[in-house]
Amino acid sequence: MSRAHTRTAPTIQLPTILAWGAFALVMLVTLFPVYWVLRTALSDHKEIYVQTFVLWPVGFTLDNFKRVLGMFTAEQSVAMGGTATGINFWLYLRNSIIVSTFLVAGQTFFSAMSAYAFARLRFPGRDQLFFLYLTAMMIPGVVTLIPNFILIRDLKWLDTFQGIMAPGFLMTPFTVFFLRQFFLGINHELEEAATLDGASIPMIFWRVALPLSIPALSTLAILQFIATWNDYLWPFLVGKNEAVRVLTVALAIFQSQTPQGAPDWGGLMAGTALSLVPTLVIFLIFGRRAVNAIQFTGFR
Amino acid sequence: MTTHRQPRLAARREALYAWAFVAPSLIGFLVFFAVPSVRGLLMSFTNWDLLRPAKFVGVANYVRLFGDADFRHALKVTAYYVLMNIPIQTTLALGIALMMDKFSKSTIIRGILVLPWLLPNIVVALIWLWLLDPTMGFLNQIIMALGFQRQPFLGSIDQAMPTIAAINIWRHAGYTAILLYAGLQTIPKEIYEAASIDGANERQMFFGITIPLLRPVLVFVLVTTIIGSFQIFDTIAITTKGGPVDATRVVYWYIYEYAFVRFKMGYATTISVALFVILITITFIQMRYFNANSSDLD
Repeated sequence: MSRAHTRTAPTIQLPTILAWGAFALVMLVTLFPVYWVLRTALSDHKEIYVQTFVLWPVGFTLDNFKRVLGMFTAEQSVAMGGTATGINFWLYLRNSIIVSTFLVAGQTFFSAMSAYAFARLRFPGRDQLFFLYLTAMMIPGVVTLIPNFILIRDLKWLDTFQGIMAPGFLMTPFTVFFLRQFFLGINHELEEAATLDGASIPMIFWRVALPLSIPALSTLAILQFIATWNDYLWPFLVGKNEAVRVLTVALAIFQSQTPQGAPDWGGLMAGTALSLVPTLVIFLIFGRRAVNAIQFTGFR
Repeated sequence: MTTHRQPRLAARREALYAWAFVAPSLIGFLVFFAVPSVRGLLMSFTNWDLLRPAKFVGVANYVRLFGDADFRHALKVTAYYVLMNIPIQTTLALGIALMMDKFSKSTIIRGILVLPWLLPNIVVALIWLWLLDPTMGFLNQIIMALGFQRQPFLGSIDQAMPTIAAINIWRHAGYTAILLYAGLQTIPKEIYEAASIDGANERQMFFGITIPLLRPVLVFVLVTTIIGSFQIFDTIAITTKGGPVDATRVVYWYIYEYAFVRFKMGYATTISVALFVILITITFIQMRYFNANSSDLD
């Protein structure tokens, strides 16, 4: 096959076998650590320390999962190498779901409203304000972290769901920017037809623009859900209490508890495995759309 | 095309609706972005420590920062991390993207590559903390089976930072790769065909066509990953917490320690302002250097 007719980007010449080998290696290195989580989580907590080189779970057991889901008493937990304090991943899972779902719902809706105004409506100061939003996108989180923490503390919103969700609930610069670019690109005709029919602006937004933008909205929602689900420092600072603790914070706190000197690796990996499930589920349901959404972040 | 002036009443109504639509995000912007930024700046001129009322100290914090050897160390350690992380990650990502372009357009492959990026930093850190454990970690088992000595990885002053860099490369390379892969798709194939008809070999086409036309995506990737790298925190919070000794005491950790361990809010905000200035400067230099606003495609 003549190289001049390959329809792919040219690479530095490599024997194909070598290239395939490298590709397989990349896949292996990517997937193995995730597999290892499962292997450890399904292994007997004592065998983990002994049989360290075996690829399959050693002493197959579901006890680690049961332990972190709070299905054993404190004494039983300690006997299995776990901590005596209650660990309940159902609770943390619930908290993560609550925070991410409401936060993303609010963010998406309010950002869509503003994005529509920036893209479609005329009002004084529109472009200057949007420019301000853009500059906010450049500000690294570290600058607003401490003042926002103080604000939440002063509002007595520490250890509450609203405290965790507050900063991003009404907008983030990225979400407004993303949706505004989208609204700029859609077809005017449907909106103009609605205007001629006498529809008011809110009606046009609600009945025409919003339905048209469902692909963009869901793309954004997926991205933001992942981002909020993975957030650590902020929920850690404002949401330590068990009632609102999210998965990332729970895992960190779990890890810092070292019963009898060594971390409860079996339990830790079980907790990790559990925290992977929702992300994987979303990924499997939304599949191609999720991958394309993530790819799209490179085109800001 | 005939234009007629919109009746002023309609224009007024449109503006009012617009303000109503924008109001929620404006509130969010002011309360959680604009005001805190200003407040942070003002805080950096005080010596507030959460207990006593804040006292204005002028530029004393900044003067102190200039002479702060620990801060310089934090900068050094952070720069070390960034210089290890970004070049390797980007090169690896480019290689993976090219391989994907050549071998497989499958969504499943792209999904697998992006999987590490989907995991929270915390989870990634825990996975590798376990895999790299000095005594029981699987990686050390492999190393010993190959006849080498077991490595301390995160427990060693010398190996800690490179290990953190490697962990983050694992997390980000695949994600970066699919961004670059998407960028590769925007390069028209006709250009390659024309060049190969002209007799260009693959190496010439790679450096003469692929790289220049990938520039906008490459610049975007470089800018965002560098800015992100400077703010590394989560991984260190789980694994080394600034140690061993202070081998991984990066700037963000330094800020965290001052703000939430010692509660010296004044000085902590000073450090964060300094970090902000550094990041803006680096971004500015990058944008200038790469001349990112034009694409060679025009």
